[in-house]
Amino acid sequence: MSVSVPSLQRRRNFLQKIVFNVFCLAALINGLALFIIVYFMIANGWKAINWTFLTQPPVDSMTKGGILPCIVGTLCLSIGAILIAMPIGVASAIYLNEYARPGRLIRVIKLGINNLAGVPSIVFGLFGLAVFVVWLKMGVSIIAGSLTLGAMTLPVMIGSTEEALRAVPDTYREASLGLGATKWQTIYRVVLPTALPGILTGTILGISRAAGETAPIMFTAAVFFTPSLPVSIFDEVMALPYHIYVLATAGTEIEATRHLQYGTALVLIFLVLGMNLIAIIYRSRLRKRMQ
Amino acid sequence: MDKSVKIEVKHLNFYYGNFKALEDITLDFYANEVLSLIGPSGCGKSTFLRCLNRMNDLISISRVEGNILLDGLDIYDPSVDVVMLRSRIGMVFQKPNPFPKTIFENVAYGLRVNGIKDKGLIENRVEESLKLAAIWNEVKDRMHESALGLSGGQQQRLCIARALAVEPEILLMDEPCSALDPIATQKIEELIHQLKKSFTIIIVTHNMQQAARVSDITAFFYMGKLIEVGKTNTIFTRPNLKQTEDYITGRFG
Repeated sequence: MSVSVPSLQRRRNFLQKIVFNVFCLAALINGLALFIIVYFMIANGWKAINWTFLTQPPVDSMTKGGILPCIVGTLCLSIGAILIAMPIGVASAIYLNEYARPGRLIRVIKLGINNLAGVPSIVFGLFGLAVFVVWLKMGVSIIAGSLTLGAMTLPVMIGSTEEALRAVPDTYREASLGLGATKWQTIYRVVLPTALPGILTGTILGISRAAGETAPIMFTAAVFFTPSLPVSIFDEVMALPYHIYVLATAGTEIEATRHLQYGTALVLIFLVLGMNLIAIIYRSRLRKRMQ
Repeated sequence: MDKSVKIEVKHLNFYYGNFKALEDITLDFYANEVLSLIGPSGCGKSTFLRCLNRMNDLISISRVEGNILLDGLDIYDPSVDVVMLRSRIGMVFQKPNPFPKTIFENVAYGLRVNGIKDKGLIENRVEESLKLAAIWNEVKDRMHESALGLSGGQQQRLCIARALAVEPEILLMDEPCSALDPIATQKIEELIHQLKKSFTIIIVTHNMQQAARVSDITAFFYMGKLIEVGKTNTIFTRPNLKQTEDYITGRFG
């Protein structure tokens, strides 16, 4: 015993060190990937960014000028998508988690939601084209694009809201019901406020996904070029991801507009980051208020 | 001394699915008395307590047979409004569970959900309840801070204040001191002595000394059955049944 114990101890410590280092490396790769992407975009795109770029429409067959219509378009589409996905998603999650009794119907609905999350984004684009643009006669417009992006964001919204609701301790519900509150009062006054930070996390993920998608808006909202800013939700718009796609694949001067492509990508990244930041700050203020 | 019956339980059976958790319980609760439910874990005392304010309704596979009469009215009658019923019967839980809101909002909660909007009335009632729960002096200067910043014992007294604010007639306490240290426990026990002047109190406890200290009547549960019930003094000094004596003296359980 007295001989074998120290060697066993050494082997266990050694193994532990190895395992921890492997895990640490895995975590580092994540951070590194983001760092490299952002660095690459900044290094290549920062020269394109200036006041004109941010405040003017493109000119000269989109080889010069700015990307203001794209910024406005992407903002409209992201906000529209969240305005559609958040109420429907939160309501669905409340129904599934708080009201519905487990059974066949719920299993089918949950299966549907999970599969919706796996549908490729181009399929959403075609769906939006067929249903919103053509059948409902919305045309290529902000509203058609927002609905399509909203439908695509729903599973994320529902999933994270459900998770947030599940994390609310049952003792809160019991305490509230025990005080003579109705089920809805309990949900509205105790469960939802407690789950709100988690719901916001879902919203952040949803916005990020919606803002960056190209395929769903290609047929439903985005156009190649329009110098004017949208004035109604039935207007078509330019959008950042689609603009990058157009410049990089179908532009008249693909090589000459490289810096504009990187610049646009950089703006897209910072736009998403900015929207996330607002949600994150709001969330941390909510959390602080609860502590 | 004339005692009025507050709750009558008659031949109560309770099932979780096919499992019979409570069997033929018949028990009376008298107004302004403290009754403690004792027995080993899983004997059904918490389940029984939760039948009294229909908290078990939340469990979809549960089923109740028999009658529970509150002031002569059957609480399981279809015409009874569960929400109204629960505002007449307050509940304090095993683990302190204040809402993640301010101290004030925690106590005001029951009033707000019951439709009281008058600010002055709410403020008065919150203060009264906190005084009644013997925590006013500790929180009066931090009413608008989060309740989660209080100690466990303070949180539990806040939860008692929260339950008292809706002016219930009965207070159910499910092992209210099991998560607390001896000093906090002592405070809660003193509080129970005060509160029984105005409320009927039913307390589940694992702590034999606590049952002996706080209650007038003690009921011993075992395996879903009510084994023996009587004056606390009698139960703890000369119980009728050997089983009760064995449990109380610590020979099993």
